This record gives sequence, C-alpha cells and structure tokens, in this order.
Amino acid sequence: MYLTKEEERIYEGEFGETLEKAMRILVSLGEIYEASHLIPISSAHISGASYKTIGDAGLLYLSSLSGKVKVKSTLNPVGMDRERWREMKISNEFYEKQKEIIECYKKLGIEDVCSCTPYYLQKPKYGDHLAWSESNAVIYANSVLGARTNREGAPGALASALIGKTPFYGMHKEEERAPEVQIVVKEELEEEEYGALGHLLGETLRDSIPVFSFKKRLNEDEMKKLGASLAATGAVQLFHIKGQTPEISLHPEPKERIEIEREDIEKLMEFSEVEVIALGCPHLSERELYRVAELLEGKKIKKELWVCTSRFIKNGCRDVIKKIERSGAKVICDTCMVVSPLLENYDSVLVESGKALKYVPSMCKVDVQMTTLENCVKYAVGEL
Amino acid sequence: MKIRGRGISGGEAEGEVIFTTQPISFLGGVDPKSGVIIERGHELEGENIANKVFVFPCGKGSTVGSYVIYQLKLNGVSPIAMINEVTEPIVAVGAIISEIPVVDKLEKEVKWKNGMKVRVNGTEGYVEIL
Repeated sequence: MYLTKEEERIYEGEFGETLEKAMRILVSLGEIYEASHLIPISSAHISGASYKTIGDAGLLYLSSLSGKVKVKSTLNPVGMDRERWREMKISNEFYEKQKEIIECYKKLGIEDVCSCTPYYLQKPKYGDHLAWSESNAVIYANSVLGARTNREGAPGALASALIGKTPFYGMHKEEERAPEVQIVVKEELEEEEYGALGHLLGETLRDSIPVFSFKKRLNEDEMKKLGASLAATGAVQLFHIKGQTPEISLHPEPKERIEIEREDIEKLMEFSEVEVIALGCPHLSERELYRVAELLEGKKIKKELWVCTSRFIKNGCRDVIKKIERSGAKVICDTCMVVSPLLENYDSVLVESGKALKYVPSMCKVDVQMTTLENCVKYAVGEL
Repeated sequence: MKIRGRGISGGEAEGEVIFTTQPISFLGGVDPKSGVIIERGHELEGENIANKVFVFPCGKGSTVGSYVIYQLKLNGVSPIAMINEVTEPIVAVGAIISEIPVVDKLEKEVKWKNGMKVRVNGTEGYVEIL
C-alpha cells in the first residue's frame, strides 16, 4: 500500500507510540484487503465501549493510548445508564470499570454520546467517507444516506479516528457498491416486520448487497430496522431500495432474485409468555418513542417494560418520556438490553427488534422472542 | 529452510511450534490469565499457547479478541509469534498492538509438528525452519 512521506513518519514512530500503532493497524488492514492507499475520513464511530463486551482486556488497551482524535468521533452504547445504573441493578464494580472506559475515550477526544444511532445526532452527507464500527450505523450510513464506510471492527475504527484516515477498499469504492441480488416482497409489511424480514434474509445474503422492491416507500425507522437485522444475522453492509435509496440509479439490476412470503415473517413474530419486555435495539428515535407513549396513554404496565434510547433524543422530548414513565415503564439511556447486564436476572424477554432477536441469546443467555412494537406494549399492559 | 510469506505484524522471534488446523476465537477461547485454550471441543482444548509460536489457520469470533491478545501479552502468556494461512483483522490488530510478529500466506506448504523449532520474521515476512 502506498504511504505519503508523513504517513511513513507516523508508521516509523516519529509521532509517538499511539499514532505508530494506529498507523500500523491501518496499514495491516489495508494490506489484508488490498487497499491502494489511505483516504481522509469525515467522522468515526467507535464500538467496543461496554465493560460487558470489552472487559479488562479492552480497558487495559484503552488506558495505554494517548493523544487526540483527528476527526469528529462518537462512542457506541456503554453497559449502563450513567444516571440510573442502580435501578438496572448494576454492581459498583461494573460501574467503576465502565466509568474508567468512558474516561479513556473522552481523554482521546471521543464524544461520549453512548449511542448506536449517531446518524440521529448528525447525518453524514452523501459521498462522505467514514470509519464507523457498529453494524447498524454502518448499514444505515451506506444505504439510507449514501455515505461510505466499511464495517470496521472497534480497534480499526479507533485507529482511523486517531489518524483521520482509512484504507481505500470495499465500500469506499463505487464499483463495489452495486446490488448483487433482488429481493421482492409482494405485500406491504408493518413497521417491525421489516426488521423481521432483515433477520430472515441475513443468513442467506451473508455479505452480498441486496436491492429491495417494496409496495411502498419505507420511513426512516423501517429502514433502520431492516438494516440493523440484515447486519446482525448477516454481514450485509449496504442495501438498496428501488425508487427510494440514493444510489439506486448508479447500478444495473442484478439477475438473481429471491421472493419473500409474508407467512414466514408472520411466523417469526409469533410469541408466548415472557417475563420482561425490552425495546430499543437500535436506540429508539423520537418518532418511535411517540408510538410507545401513545400506546401507553392512561395505562399501567403489568410486566416490566424497558425502553432504550440515546440521551440526546431523550433530552429533546422530555414530555414524551414522562408519558411513557407514567405507566411504570422505564426509559434508559447510554445503553441497551444487549450490551448491559440488564437481562441477567431474567429467563425470557420480548423485543421488537430483529437485531436483538439475534444477539440476546448469545450475549445475555436469555430466551428471546420478537413481535411488533404495538404487541410488545400491549403485552406489557396486559392487553394480550 | 527459509519460506517467504506476507509480514502482517513486525518483529522477530524464535521458538517451539504449537499447531492446530482449527480457527481460534481469542475472546472466550483462550484464558487471558494463563494462555490455555478453553474453547470446548477445540482440538487444542487444555493446551497452552504461552511463549510458543502459535500456528493456526485464522481467527474467528468477536473483534474484542484483539484486546484479549493484548491482555495475554501484558500477562506474559501470549504466543511469541503467530503464523496463519490467512490472517484476518482480529488477529492482525491484536498482534500489532501487542508487538507480536505475524506472518501469513507462506509460499510453500509446511508439515507442522508440535515442538518443531522455527524463527518468524514479521518485518521481512518469512519463516525459517530451524
């Protein structure tokens, strides 16, 4: 891979150990993926923030770093709500370790937004090159916004943030963004059913790029759910939607075609008795919080209901949060049911997310079922 | 005998081979305190990779595995070098931040045996059978 004079000097350690290692990581990733050179990025989003996932190993590495990131950089969810961690039954030890991790990132100049939906805070522009980890954010930026990022691992995204560059390969190249398979869905689906659709398709698609034909235009929340699930059960980094997503006119239509039956989706959304309900993987948008609040209006919950969103969304709609919490439900920020120890004390959970449906069993050792957001809330208040 | 490959992480080290044909997940698969393989059913389960030249096809599993390699190094129980068929990002990143030499894509097939002595040079990209 070609390096400029300055990049070579960083590589040789003239600017200190943190930058040397970051550059060596980028060069090695570039060699593995046969990148020609490094390109500047406009932002980085960094996963590997929860003590539950990175543990002492991650904390040790993060504390060894020094310096500042070169571009706007945001942090993924951590393992607890920074204010309401006691209500989540988080231990003191976990709290202390988690605080240390957040401090490490802040020292490097990374904004502790602690959210997996950084695209609600600031939308990258069409054609922007990014180094984002967090698979739902990657697929949203690529597909819905037309920005360009590979699905970075946590240390790779961090290295890119410190250098301000990323190796030029994969999703950064227009010719590698063409759809490879058509997905035809003949019936209109309900909002969360797009998440179920993504969940069903991910395994088949693996890392190929689908183009969807739908009966209607999808709203932003539907595209978020579809992408998050595709990226969870598969390694999909980009999807297109005919007549809707920004790059659709750039590429020819692929020949391979898969048809999806509504029946399969409905089957996935059937559920039975559970102990607890958890919403917000990825973090809920303001519109989704409104939906929850409306469904809870004048009602009390009969089963515990946890609602996960980002602090910046919560701060922007305090009235809605109050409405939700009047029912007895709890709205938590900075974290979610997957990356926190929240579900440790339960055996079964109901979610509205095709992504949580994939990760909860392995990450939380809890049985999980999925249904619509409406059914989740109705079940929580005892109407189903 | 010197065999050329691709240098993934720089440095040079010499030692005894421990070898597997199965991919390795460092997160959950290797005990960071001892270097013992703890993945259930893995052909190296119960074996220790500490201070050996670890030969395995590739990494798998969570990207947090990179940090586990770093933790092994700080605990003094990491492999002293690694050789892969094809190194993927988890192992590459883990090795770079831990300063462990890694070489992959060897030009000639080697009949690996546990205990054989090799030198790994990740800077120039070769393995020497001693």
